[in-house]
Amino acid sequence: MKNTEEIFNLLKEKFGEAIIELKADQPVEAFITVNPLELDKICKYLAETDELKFDSLMNLSGVDEANGESTKDEEGNLTITGGTLSVFYHLESTSLKHKLTLKVSAPRENAEVTSVSEIWKCADWHEREAYDLIGIKFLNHPDLRRILMPYDWEAGHPLQKDYRNPEYYQGMKVPY
Amino acid sequence: MGLLDKQFNDENIVITKVGDLLNWARLSSLWQMSFGLACCAIEMMATSASHYDFDRFGVIPRPSPRQCDAIIISGTVTLKMAIRIKRLYEQMPDPKYVISMGSCSNCGGPYWEHGYHVLKGVDRVIPVDVYVPGCPPRPEALLEGLLKLQEKIRNESLVKKSA
Amino acid sequence: MALKTEEMILNMGPQHPSTHGVLRLELQLEGELIVNVVPHIGYLHRCFEKHAEAMTYPQVIPYTDRMDYLASMYNEFGYALAVEKLLNIEIPERVEYIRVIMGELQRIASHLVAIGTYGADIGAFTPFLFCFRDREKILSLYEMTCGARLLYNYIWVGGVSHDLHPDFLRLTKEFIDYFRPKITELNNLLSYNKIFIERTANVGILKKDVAVNYGITGPMLRASGMKWDLRKDDPYSVYDKFDFDIPVGDGRMGTVGDSWDRYFVRVLEMEESLKIIEQAIAQIPEGDVTSAIPKRIKPPVGQVYSRVENPRGELGYFIMSNGTPNPFRIKVRGPSFINLAVINELCKDLLVADVITILGSIDIVLGEVDR
Repeated sequence: MKNTEEIFNLLKEKFGEAIIELKADQPVEAFITVNPLELDKICKYLAETDELKFDSLMNLSGVDEANGESTKDEEGNLTITGGTLSVFYHLESTSLKHKLTLKVSAPRENAEVTSVSEIWKCADWHEREAYDLIGIKFLNHPDLRRILMPYDWEAGHPLQKDYRNPEYYQGMKVPY
Repeated sequence: MGLLDKQFNDENIVITKVGDLLNWARLSSLWQMSFGLACCAIEMMATSASHYDFDRFGVIPRPSPRQCDAIIISGTVTLKMAIRIKRLYEQMPDPKYVISMGSCSNCGGPYWEHGYHVLKGVDRVIPVDVYVPGCPPRPEALLEGLLKLQEKIRNESLVKKSA
Repeated sequence: MALKTEEMILNMGPQHPSTHGVLRLELQLEGELIVNVVPHIGYLHRCFEKHAEAMTYPQVIPYTDRMDYLASMYNEFGYALAVEKLLNIEIPERVEYIRVIMGELQRIASHLVAIGTYGADIGAFTPFLFCFRDREKILSLYEMTCGARLLYNYIWVGGVSHDLHPDFLRLTKEFIDYFRPKITELNNLLSYNKIFIERTANVGILKKDVAVNYGITGPMLRASGMKWDLRKDDPYSVYDKFDFDIPVGDGRMGTVGDSWDRYFVRVLEMEESLKIIEQAIAQIPEGDVTSAIPKRIKPPVGQVYSRVENPRGELGYFIMSNGTPNPFRIKVRGPSFINLAVINELCKDLLVADVITILGSIDIVLGEVDR
């Protein structure tokens, strides 16, 4: 069983620049920030090394950090420019019983992260959902399209903090 | 239910109006389409199970819209599903009735404020006859809604157009 | 003149008596054999995560109920544990025992619905009525405590909303004595029935390493031979004080990991839950249940991922807080969402009627798939 610091040191030796930092001062869990475009190599290493053996992806969640500039127009509608969108990965090893949290951040205007669905098939639907609701594009994903919203939804990605509802969708009034 | 079947105890001949006879036949065997969407569907299943039996009122769940008289919309109607509900409603043969069960299909329910994908009330796509409130309504409340629908059918007339 | 074959696309649409809710399966068939199954979901997407960002922490609890509406106590339990971890508060022991009793009764109720509707899908209608008759007894126990039959709003952050009724423990013991012989009756009626075994054995075999890669958890994973249960492997609340067993599929009617195994693991789990409830009733201490509920919940900046063992698998809550009374982001890892993704693998080269068998044995609840 290894804890997050030991894993951070192991990864830093092997990948150097791609591992950005270890943040361990907030409750409850510590996480490691990595480069979004090198993620698949790092995850392959984590899944296949014998001393780490992370064979199960517990959770993958996209987050809109809303840390850019926010402006409000006359009607009170919020628009955010700049800032980042991030994805959190929670990994676990069923044989060695240790856990790890990874974070990647990408710029809001063109968020691109490499997909890990080749390594853990579980990530397939999770990544489609992150694309649908937050708007993060996953490179090399076998089938990236909307999963929860209707396939012809034009009004954007609903879980972003500056999302606005359309008035009508196919003849039905959307707001209350 | 009290109109015609009691009179058979005394003689073998009953005299009634054609309208009343048709209404009695319709309300005593309302075949409903099993259309459960969400949590209210479990209460509807519990109503059709043996504790609060549905079958004693003549109501049977049928899977196909072409074979049923009534549809009980139980659960939240989303925008993606509303298009399909309209299509199913148009496939039902006349005379057809709609019971809207639960707050979500009455008016959007607890999701009225921030639900970007929830249709705020199924009466925005199809006409509704009876609204049953509750989240979820108890099986007794659904049975009362059914009895109110039977009242409504009893007062229908062949000559006057219904609303 | 040459004969040619074409693939046919059959739509098991959102309205179907056997899909357990609004799920659309697009089957690509070659005659009667299946080439590909594409599930389309999202017909019950009720925007839980957007609502959670607009409400305060205690106000989110009724919304968590409505996600997996057959196991509402467990949804609330998972959320309360996650927020308590973030706030780092201690809760009284009586509260822990009450939560365990409510959770295990909920597990029995949820498995009864799964078994009853599975029998109804296969064609046996009588077990459905038997299971619902027994479930009504559990629902009347819940109604005595918190007033609701299906969606409770009972387990709050830091405690529970009402203490137990004075007759609750006695009536729960009577229920346990009533229910034990009913499991034997259910086995004689359905589990060892020859037609049921012919329909379900050797259908939809899921191997252990495929299951772990796809992220499958819960009775589906245990039926494939892996002894993994969060109540023993990553214990939460007071589960480490009880003595119970983890049933694992062993392929006695067919192969390890087929649909009969997935069904029978659920029947065995109901027996284990009865053991846990008996021990909890014997050990429960006195105390006050509402003393640790904070007046205003404002957690520090941070994040937590905590998980519990739902009747369907591993239910995880990832909560990010930014110091305000409203959560910044809540992501729910629903077990049915992950378990459904494997259906394409399981249905290769089987007949159309087997799709219904496999779908019933996965035991999905669409409220959790779509959130």
